[in-house]
Amino acid sequence: MTSTTDAAVSPTTAEATASTAADPAASTPVPRSAESRGALLGYLGDTLALAGRHLIHLRRSPGRLVLVTMTPLVMLVAVGYLFRNSMNVPGGVPYEDFILAGIAVQVGLSGVGPTAIGVALDLRHGLVDRFRSLPIAPSAVLIGRTLADLFVGAVSLTAVSLVGLAVGWRPHEGVLRTAAGFAVLLAFIYTMLWLGILLGTTQKNVEAIDGTGALVLVVFSFLSNAYVGVNGLPEWLRPVAQWNPVTAVITTCRRLWGNDPSGAAGSGFAADHPGVVAAITLTAILVIAVAGSVRGFEKAIGR
Amino acid sequence: MTVASSDPAILAEGLQKQYRGHTALHRVDLAVPAGTVLGVLGPNGAGKTTTVRILATLVEPSAGRAVVAGHDVVREGKEVRRRIGLAGQYAAVDELLTGRENMVLLAKLLRYGRRGAALRAAELLERFELTDAADRTVGTYSGGMRRRLDLATCVIGDPQVLFLDEPSTGLDPTSRSVLWDVVRDLVANGVTILLTTQYLEEADALADRIAVIDAGRVIAEDTPAALKRMVGSERLEVTLARPESLADAVAALATLGSAQEPVADPATLRVSVQLDRGGLDEVARAAVALREKGVDTVDFEVCKPTLDDVFFQLTGTGQKKESRR
Ligand SMILES: Nc1ncnc2c1ncn2[C@@H]1O[C@H](COP(=O)(O)OP(=O)(O)OP(=O)(O)O)[C@@H](O)[C@H]1O
Ligand SMILES: [Mg+2]
Repeated sequence: MTSTTDAAVSPTTAEATASTAADPAASTPVPRSAESRGALLGYLGDTLALAGRHLIHLRRSPGRLVLVTMTPLVMLVAVGYLFRNSMNVPGGVPYEDFILAGIAVQVGLSGVGPTAIGVALDLRHGLVDRFRSLPIAPSAVLIGRTLADLFVGAVSLTAVSLVGLAVGWRPHEGVLRTAAGFAVLLAFIYTMLWLGILLGTTQKNVEAIDGTGALVLVVFSFLSNAYVGVNGLPEWLRPVAQWNPVTAVITTCRRLWGNDPSGAAGSGFAADHPGVVAAITLTAILVIAVAGSVRGFEKAIGR
Repeated sequence: MTVASSDPAILAEGLQKQYRGHTALHRVDLAVPAGTVLGVLGPNGAGKTTTVRILATLVEPSAGRAVVAGHDVVREGKEVRRRIGLAGQYAAVDELLTGRENMVLLAKLLRYGRRGAALRAAELLERFELTDAADRTVGTYSGGMRRRLDLATCVIGDPQVLFLDEPSTGLDPTSRSVLWDVVRDLVANGVTILLTTQYLEEADALADRIAVIDAGRVIAEDTPAALKRMVGSERLEVTLARPESLADAVAALATLGSAQEPVADPATLRVSVQLDRGGLDEVARAAVALREKGVDTVDFEVCKPTLDDVFFQLTGTGQKKESRR
C-alpha cells in the first residue's frame, strides 16, 4: 500500500528504528478509561488536571502570588498608615476598620491583569491551539485556570486579613458574618478573574493588557468608597461610585463586619441594598465574561 | 484497524478561507486515503498552515467542507478531535512544566487516568529520546528538544489522523531521522498523515503523494515520481577547468542532438545539457565528444530532477533556477 515503510534506513538511524519500530498498538498496554468514566466526572478531571498545571506554574514562578498580595498590602500601608490622619471617616469608625474591605477588593482587582496575560501567553505560545485540538470542553481549560487563580486569591486574602488584624482591623459581628464577608470577597475575586480571561482572549497584545489591567485597578478602586466615603468624592462622581460593583461589595463586607460608618455608602437604593446591587452586578459581569471568554477561546487564533 | 472502507481519511472539497477581505485559501481540494502520507509543499504564505488548521478544527472554513476520519470538521468537531493529533508550526509546549509534566497533563486530558498517564508519558519520552531531560523544565530545552516533545504529545492519544505542520523545522539530522522513523512506523500501523514541509527531500522520502499549494490553491497533486517526471528528464552537468574551453564544450555537447541547446554559465564554468534518451550510451558519447575537443573537466555529473525543480517550476520561481543551470 505504501512505499515509504520499506525505504532504506541508513546505519545512523538503525538504532533509533530498533527502539521505535515496535507496533504502537502493542506498545500501548496503557489502559484508557475514555468511555467508562461519566461525562461529568471526566469534565471535573480535566478541570482539575488543568488547574494543576497552573499550580505548578505558581510553584516555579510565584510572581502572580507576589503581585496579587503585595498590591493590596502596599495600599494598606500607604493609605492606612501614612495617610490615615488626613483621611476622615464619617461616623466614628476607626480608619483601620474602615479600610480593610477597601483593601481586600484589591486582591480581586489586581488579579485581572495577570490572569489576562496568562491567557494571552497561552494563546501566543500555541497552547490554546493544543488544548483546542483535544476532545475536551473549552470551558474546562478556562475554569481550570480560574480555580488555580482563585486559590492564589484566597491565599493573598488571608495574608491581607492577617496584616489587617496586626494593624488593628477587627470584625465586630461574630464568626458567621465575618465568614460571610469573606465569601462575598471570594465571589468578587472569582468574577474579576473571568474579567481577566475575557480581556486575555479578546486582546492579544500583552503590553496593552498590562495597561488595561492597571487601569481597571485604579479606576475601579478610586471610583469607589474604598478609601473615603462616597460623600467625600466630588458630587458628580457620587452616582458612579455608588453603583460601582466594587462599592457594593465593600459596603456589604463592612456591614457584615460592623465596619461601616453611616453615610460611607452615600444614600439611595444602592446604599440601602448593597448586597442586592453586588449580587446583580457581579452576576451580570460573570455571565457576560464567561460567555465572551468561551466564545473568544473557541474562535481564538494563535499566531 | 482504522478506517477500513475506501473513504479517504482526509477529504477537503473547495476549502476557502477569507480573513477580512484578504483571501488565504482560494480553493483547496484534497483526498488522502487511509494509511498514506500526503506531503504538502508550498512557498511561505501559500496557505499550508491555514489548511491544516481548518482540517484540525481550529479554524472554520469560509466555504467548502472537510471530512476527517469520517467526521465533518465543522459539524462534528469533537468527534474529529477524538481521532486526530496536531503538531502546529510552532512547538506548543508549556515552558514552566517539565517534559514529563507536559506529557502527563495531556495524557490525563486524553483520559488515560493517573497511572496510565504516567506510563504513557514515560513510554513516549523514551521513544522520542527525551528520557534524560524528562524532569527538567521545558524552558531549559533546546529548540529541537521542544519540537520532539511537541511531536511526542500529539501521538499520545493514538490518533488515526495526524497533522504535522513543518515537523522537522529546527531538527538536527538525528532528530529528523527519529521523526521519519516514527512517521513510517505510524503509517505502517494504518495512521494517515498530512505533513507540510519546506524540505522537499522529506516529502520525497515520506510522502505517498504530494500536493503543491501556491497562493491558496492546489496547483499540483501527484506521486513524487510523477511530479518529477513532469519537470523533465535527466541532465548532464559539466564543470570546466578553464574558461577558454567553454565554447568547445558547448560545441561538443551540442553533438548529442538534444531538443534543447546546451546552456553555458561563464560565472561557474558550468555547461549543462538535457539528456533526452538518458542512459549510459548518451553519457559515454558526451564524454568522448568532450575528450575529442580536448576539454578538461573538474566535475561531470548526471542530475535527476529533484522535487526542488518541481517546486520552483510550479510556483513560478523557475527562471532563477534555470539561469543557474
Ligand atoms: N489570522 C490571520 N489573519 C489574517 N491573515 C492570515 C491569518 N492567518 C493566515 N493569514 C494569511 O493567510 C495566508 C496563508 O497563511 P498560512 O499561514 O496558511 O501560510 P503557510 O503556507 O503556512 O506559510 P509558511 O510557509 O510561512 O508557514 C498568508 O497570506 C497569511 O498572511
Ligand atoms: Mg505555515
